[in-house]
Amino acid sequence: SRGAEGAAAPPVFTWLSDGTKDSESFTAAARDQFQEELVIRPLHSGDIYASFQFRTLWDTDFLQERQKVSHYRLFPKSLGQVLSKFSVRELHISFTQGFWRTMQWGQPFIPSPPGAELWVWFHDTVSDVDGNWKELTNVLSGIFCASLNFIDLTNTVQPSASFKPLGLGNATDHRFLRYATLPREIVCTENLTPWKKLLPCGSKAGLSVLLKSEKLFHSSFHSQAVHIRPVCQDEQCTSKAWELRQTLNVVFDLYTSGQGKKEWSLFKMFSRTLTEACPLATSSKVYVDITDNPEVKLKQQTVVLGDRRTYSVFDLTRAEMFGQLRSLNLLLRDMLRPLLHAERYVAGFGLQTGEIHTVIYNNHPYRAFPVLLMDSVPWYLQLYIHTLTVTSKSRDNKPSYIHYQPAKDRHRPHLLEMLIQLPPHSMTEVTVQFERALLKWTEYTPDPNHGFYVGSSVVSALVPSMVAMNTNFTQDQPLFSSFVPVKEESSYFVRVYTEPLLVNLPTPDFSMPYNVICLTCTVVAVGYGSFYNLLTRTFQVDEPSLPLAKRLANLIRRIRGVPLLA
Amino acid sequence: MGLLSDPNRRKALTNLLTRLNAPICMVCYLAAIVWFMGLAFEPFTLRTYMSENAMGSTMVEERFSSGERALSLAKEFDAHKRKAGGMPVEWLVKAMQARGLEVFTQSFSRKLPFPDENKERYMVRGTNVYGILRAPRAPRTEALVITAPCSPGNSDNQAVGLLLALAQYFRNQIFWAKDIIFLVNEHDLIGMQAWLEGYHHTNITGMEYSPLQGRAGSIQAALSLELSSDVITSLDLILEGLNGQLPNLDLANLFYAFCQKLGVLCTIQGKLQRNDWDTAEGYTHAAQTMMLMVLKQACGRSWGDHGLFLRYHIEAASIRGINGFRHYKMDVATIGRLLEGMVRKLNNLLERLHQSYFFYLLPSLSRFVSIGYYMPAFGLLAVILLLRVSFPGLDHFTFFNPSGPGVLTVLTPVVISHLTGVALYLLPVHLQEMAVEHFPVSETEAVVLTAVAIYTAGLALPHNTQRLLSGEGTEQGWKVLKLTALLYLAVLLGCTALINFSLGFVLAVTLVPITASMTPHMPKALSALAMVLLSPAFTILYCVFIYQELIEAPVSVGEGWMLFLSVISQGILDHALYGSLVYPLLALFIYPCWLMFWNILFWS
Repeated sequence: SRGAEGAAAPPVFTWLSDGTKDSESFTAAARDQFQEELVIRPLHSGDIYASFQFRTLWDTDFLQERQKVSHYRLFPKSLGQVLSKFSVRELHISFTQGFWRTMQWGQPFIPSPPGAELWVWFHDTVSDVDGNWKELTNVLSGIFCASLNFIDLTNTVQPSASFKPLGLGNATDHRFLRYATLPREIVCTENLTPWKKLLPCGSKAGLSVLLKSEKLFHSSFHSQAVHIRPVCQDEQCTSKAWELRQTLNVVFDLYTSGQGKKEWSLFKMFSRTLTEACPLATSSKVYVDITDNPEVKLKQQTVVLGDRRTYSVFDLTRAEMFGQLRSLNLLLRDMLRPLLHAERYVAGFGLQTGEIHTVIYNNHPYRAFPVLLMDSVPWYLQLYIHTLTVTSKSRDNKPSYIHYQPAKDRHRPHLLEMLIQLPPHSMTEVTVQFERALLKWTEYTPDPNHGFYVGSSVVSALVPSMVAMNTNFTQDQPLFSSFVPVKEESSYFVRVYTEPLLVNLPTPDFSMPYNVICLTCTVVAVGYGSFYNLLTRTFQVDEPSLPLAKRLANLIRRIRGVPLLA
Repeated sequence: MGLLSDPNRRKALTNLLTRLNAPICMVCYLAAIVWFMGLAFEPFTLRTYMSENAMGSTMVEERFSSGERALSLAKEFDAHKRKAGGMPVEWLVKAMQARGLEVFTQSFSRKLPFPDENKERYMVRGTNVYGILRAPRAPRTEALVITAPCSPGNSDNQAVGLLLALAQYFRNQIFWAKDIIFLVNEHDLIGMQAWLEGYHHTNITGMEYSPLQGRAGSIQAALSLELSSDVITSLDLILEGLNGQLPNLDLANLFYAFCQKLGVLCTIQGKLQRNDWDTAEGYTHAAQTMMLMVLKQACGRSWGDHGLFLRYHIEAASIRGINGFRHYKMDVATIGRLLEGMVRKLNNLLERLHQSYFFYLLPSLSRFVSIGYYMPAFGLLAVILLLRVSFPGLDHFTFFNPSGPGVLTVLTPVVISHLTGVALYLLPVHLQEMAVEHFPVSETEAVVLTAVAIYTAGLALPHNTQRLLSGEGTEQGWKVLKLTALLYLAVLLGCTALINFSLGFVLAVTLVPITASMTPHMPKALSALAMVLLSPAFTILYCVFIYQELIEAPVSVGEGWMLFLSVISQGILDHALYGSLVYPLLALFIYPCWLMFWNILFWS
């Protein structure tokens, strides 16, 4: 088991002592460090989950007024400049194509909703948060080649409780938080390339050589994210360091690609093999979840998301590792049902009203726990908040905290946050009725009959752990297990995203404006015109016109000067 | 609009309309019939064309080849169905799971208001099984549905087999952008209704069902597959849904395009297409096909499992395999390829089907009559009612004349007629127990015969009671009543025709001539006979006979009468089970309106 220890990652929060070992590569100014990691976990559905994490730590402060940071080594300059320009305290952005199937796949290491999600905590010195937010989204839109510029005030909310900062500092004033999702955003190669460029080794060496778009986008689920936050420099937390985590999660469908054989290899998944670690990385590791296949050597046990798993570790910085990552056959066994699971759908029919149902499952056999539900609904679904009901086990379940911010037409979405206690082994249903608004004709998208998206609702919870967890961070911790700081031993933090909704709004037949104009004009001209005429004109009794013979006779009589005939 | 504001010309126009009222009305009626019959004449119709770009230019390749597998699955399904004596839930769940689907079940139960003698069911209890094929990298917002019924006996086994084989084949493809739901529904429409209500979490018909566990977002389109026999020679497309709703015409175009591509014999209303439109037989054939569609649409029931989807704004059609044309045997793989092609094209859709027509009649699969062409036929009939409002002696000032008849004179027959209608609507179902106790009939017969009895009793009721209430009727009285009734009928038929053209047109054809000419001064016996023969109930009877004639299964008078009774029971059941609106429309509005005219005839 010497291999396991040697392969173990340097403790995340004690990286400084580790860094001094190869201090010849460090200068005093660039006290930065890069770690890379790949976790491969066979899922119970027969799919393979691969999760990449790249972590750059830099002991500097972007927000200091006097000291402008201009020398970048491992930390991407484009992001560093963004952080200092917009006084960003914490930034989380994810691009996801597909929906994480919690019931089949369990919990992901880092959850993300379909489409794009961006949430940012600004520094509390920022005066014009909305202005900064607007500019920031536009800049990020350029950096990631995504349509983040579609984020505006109509889809931005300020959650009061659901999105707490994950890094250092105890910010509670949610005025400095902005959260937005673009459920329609389609993630593809053009988003992957700029994301890869942020890595110190690009896609030239290390784990990132595996990131080939033709394979990554031939999968069941693809999610890439960037998380930037301030973290402690050391255990004592005397000074601050910045952490950039780039994560990429992908689930490969072995059913379609493997013709039924449950067998995988790196080459089959990525059509590449690993040849070397990234030379700039202080640690470069591959973890393979072998909990279900315990005869493999090289083990390390870690508790992740309330489940104790066993991993086989391959340290790429050690040359003798190469030649080992061959095909690994795996036995699969049933996984635990995920303790927390949520789904959402639109009920009802017709284009006038509807009802949003959010169903949250607590599958824990005996423990109740509270969850925070956050819903951000666009203004064109006019929520009837008085119809809000929360029922668990067919009984009314009164939320202990409700934060509701009503929408303003064309300016602001609805924001609904609730703290709900989920009884053990229960299904809790949250329903709220809505009316579909009739948009102005210029407000429809180019494909109005496709429907309008409503972003995922977010369920955040501290879920009681089934396994006692060790929160002593000085111990070996792989990256994937340490993203969300955990304070309690008996529970772990989980965020579950529901599926986005596609809602049809009443849509005019846009192919008919010409007909409509013609019809309207005709109705106005014929109907209104003649009625107006009839109503305003004064009518007089008309002299009956005389027959032609009499008129001729009158003509003659007039000439003759004789009185006319009547 | 000098015509209206110039009193002289207005007067001339009024004079013309008043003087030539009857001939104009007659011409309108004949023109309406001729126009309608002309709709089936091919030069007057349009050729169908694919309007939706996403389905038109992107031709797909069909590679489905596991016809043998479908057949063996069908056999296996049949064996398990026999063993289980109904839906083989466990086997089906396993079979779907083995094909990589997320499988869910839904159980439902429904007590019918009275026993359905056609299908021999009263207490219905069943289970729907459905599997969802999750599209890779799709966020569960859109879905397509393919359904096959699990029906008793030998039929539709192949449909389930094919469904499973398709699921297996589809699962291995990577191009899906929408989730695909494979649904096997028990007890045909009742199961389908339970599933749809469960999926949309509504309850409009008092069905009891267990909530659905798995969903896949908003359903974009649905195809229902029925293979009634083991030997399939042709495929029939069924479009008529609940309340005469039709799916978007592009769905029919899609089916036709793939039939053409794969060389599959396809029919509509069970009738093949003919190319000899210029011969009398060719025209008759097209007219028969169109008439069948009109009759099916008018009766407002769902003619296949697809019909219930339409309420939820889901475009759906049923494809029924028929063994009717010899020498044309088609293998299951071909049907599979056809479905694969259709589903792939639907998968390519960016928006819901909306480009093509929602209101149309089909004289054949390749020709259609759009709403713009058929509406004038109804308009000509409706205009008769409006013209009769201005018939001689009935001028517009009757209402405002203080010396005219009291409100009571007119209101009494209106209210009594409608109360009769309410009785016709409510009593048959609610009085069945009492009827069964007192008469030696079954519940179903009790319901139908009560309906017929109330209908007949209604003929005696209104004019007698109103006379008791308000004394002798005046000349002015019946005129005002007639004016009211004419306008009422015009509005009723107009609204009906906008929603369900066929129903509106069929009712207008029979109701307009008699109502337009009704006065108390006509010969009583003859007029009464004519009125009864053209009453709504007789319209249904004629429709039954015509329908039987058109599907080439003519019936004798006795059989026709039995069919008529079963049609009534089906109508009441359709209303109770699926929310069909034809029965309440006839009972609550059309019949009372007709009674008002009946009242005029016996005005004294």
